[in-house]
Amino acid sequence: MIMRKTSLVAIAIALSLSAGCRSRTAAELPPAPVSDGTPGDQDSSTTGAIVPGSRADFLQNVPSDRIFFAFDSYSIDADSRRTLDAQAEWLNRNATVRVTIEGHADERGTREYNLALGDRRANAARDYLQSRGIVATRMQTLSWGKERPAVEGSNESAWAQNRRAVTVVPE
Amino acid sequence: MRIIPIIAAACSLAVGAAALAQTPPEAPPAQGQEASDDGQLVVDVTGGRRAALPVAVPYMPTPQPAATAAGNTQALGRQVAEIIATDLRNSELFTPIGPSGLQAVSFPQVTAPDFAYFSTTGAQNLVQGFVQANANGTITVGCYLYDVAAQTELTRQGYVVQPRDWRRGAHRCADTIYSRLTGEGAYFDTRIVYVSETGPARRRIKRLAIMDYDGANHRFLTNGQWTVLTPRFAPNQQTITFMTYQDERPRVMVYELDSGRTRPLVQASHMTFAPRYSPDSRYIIFSMAVNGNTDIYRVPVGGGTPQRLTNAPGIDTGGSYSPDGSRIVFESDRGGNQQLYVMDGDGSNQRRISFGGGGYATPVWSPRGDLIAFTRTGSFRIGVMSPGGGGERILTSGGYAEGPTWAPNGRAVMFTRGASQGQLWYVDVASGATRRVPTPLGGSDPAWSPLRD
Repeated sequence: MIMRKTSLVAIAIALSLSAGCRSRTAAELPPAPVSDGTPGDQDSSTTGAIVPGSRADFLQNVPSDRIFFAFDSYSIDADSRRTLDAQAEWLNRNATVRVTIEGHADERGTREYNLALGDRRANAARDYLQSRGIVATRMQTLSWGKERPAVEGSNESAWAQNRRAVTVVPE
Repeated sequence: MRIIPIIAAACSLAVGAAALAQTPPEAPPAQGQEASDDGQLVVDVTGGRRAALPVAVPYMPTPQPAATAAGNTQALGRQVAEIIATDLRNSELFTPIGPSGLQAVSFPQVTAPDFAYFSTTGAQNLVQGFVQANANGTITVGCYLYDVAAQTELTRQGYVVQPRDWRRGAHRCADTIYSRLTGEGAYFDTRIVYVSETGPARRRIKRLAIMDYDGANHRFLTNGQWTVLTPRFAPNQQTITFMTYQDERPRVMVYELDSGRTRPLVQASHMTFAPRYSPDSRYIIFSMAVNGNTDIYRVPVGGGTPQRLTNAPGIDTGGSYSPDGSRIVFESDRGGNQQLYVMDGDGSNQRRISFGGGGYATPVWSPRGDLIAFTRTGSFRIGVMSPGGGGERILTSGGYAEGPTWAPNGRAVMFTRGASQGQLWYVDVASGATRRVPTPLGGSDPAWSPLRD
C-alpha cells in the first residue's frame, strides 16, 4: 500500500496523477466475426473437375489425410505408415505443394503439455514423410494441443479420433 | 494510482465526528501471533481453521446524500457494505452478519458505535464506515473496524476513489479488515485475467478477458479472432503475457495494459508457450517446442536472446518461479511421465520433487513460498505440496480440474474446472471449501493479479 501519512499536497499530486491516467486500459473491442470451420477439417466435397495438386485431389487419392495415436503417444503404427506412404506418394507427384501438418491431443492432458504433445505428433508425421523423400522445407508443423478436437465428447471413441496428425493441403 | 489515503484530507472534508482522523495506522500485527487478546484470528493453513469469525457489517451512511457518477452516496453506502460482507464470506475465515437486518447506523455513530446493540447480534467485530461525495467528483469510502466486546477501535482507513473505481473502495476496506484480523496480506482488491470461452469445442472462440476477483468490471481484451491461451499477470501489473494463435503462428505475446499494444515476446520460428514472469517482472520464462522436443527458456520481458534453462530430451514446460526468484519449479516427462522438478534460476541443479503415480503438471509456486500447487494428471485434481516434495494434499474432488493460480496471499487457489466446458472455480487452501467464480461465458486459464496499488 502506498498510503499512510499524507499531506494535502501529496493528495493533490496523487489526484492529478490519477486524473492523467484515466484512459490507461484499452477500450473493449467488439466481438469478431466467427471464423468458419475448424483448422485441419478439410472438405472433400467439390463441384466440377478436380484440379491436380489441390486439396480435393489430395483427399481423393490418399486413404486419409490424418493418422491417429495411442494415448500420450507419438509413435507411428503400421496403419499410419500406410497412410503416410500414400500421402508421400501424392506429395512426390505434386512436388510444388506445401503442406501444414497439424498435431492434436485429446482432452485428457493439461493444456500446455498437450501443446507439446501435439508438436511431437506433428513432427513425427513430418519426420516420416521426410524419410519418404519429402523435403522438410515443404512441410510446416502446427500444434493445436487439445484446442481443436475433431469430435466432441468425453469418451474413448472421441478421444481416439482427436489424437491425430492431419496433413493439410492448401485448397 | 486511483486509491489514495485521506488521512489528512478527510479532516477538512468530512463533517463532524466521523472524520477519518489523524491517527496514523498502527503497524501490522506480527504474523503467526497467537493474539486472541487483540482480536486476531489464528490461522493454521495445514490443519484447518477455527470457526469463522462473526463480523457485523451494517449499511454505511453518508454525511449527505449526493449524486455521483457511480450513483447516489446513500445507495453506494448500502452496496459498499454488501461487497465487504461478500468479500469476508468468500474468504471462508469470517461469517458476516448483515448488512440486511441490522439496525441502521447514523453518520455520527460511525465513530461512536452502538456496541450494546451489536453485542446482541453475536458479532465479535464490527465494520462501519461512510460514503461521501467530494467536490472534485471523487468518492471517499471511510472504513472502521471495532472489537465489539472490548468496545475499541482496531483500525481505520479512508479511500478516495474515482467513481468508476467505487467497488475498489469496498474491496480495500475488506482487505484492511482481513489483514487486521488475520495478520496476513489480503486479496480482495485484485483482478483476474482469464480466457473467456464460447461456442462448441470444435470451433471454440477464446478471448482474453479481465475482471475484478469477484467477477465485477468484466472486460474483453481481445476480440476472439484468434485462439488465446494461458494469460499471466506481471507482478508489477504493467503487462500481461499470454499465448496466441494469431496468424496461425502460436507464440507468446506481451500485452501492455497501459497502451493496449501487443508484441511477440521473442522472434522464433518455433512454437512458444507456457509463459510466466519472474517475481521482479524483469524476465519471462517460457517453453519452446523444437522438432518435438520442448525446453524452458528465459528472456527479458522486453525481448532479447533467450537463455535455455533445460536440455533434457522430452517435454519440459510449465515453469514457475519461487517468490524470491532463486528457483523454478517445472514439469518434465524425462522420467517417463509428467512429474515436478525444481531447478535453480539459471537451470542448474535440476532435481525431481514428485513421485506419485498418474503424474503431476502445471506447478505454481505460492507467493508465500511454502507450497507448490499443481494439477494431478490422471485424476485431474488440484493439489499442493511443499517445495521439497513432501506433504502432498489434494484440494479438489470430483470433476476435471487443471491450471491453479494463487491468490496473492497464498491462502486460496483459482483453477479451471471442466474438460470441454470450462468454468472458473476457487478453493480455500486451508478448508478445501470451493465456489464458482462468476463469468459471463465459459472460462479457463485464470491468473490472479497481485494486490493493486
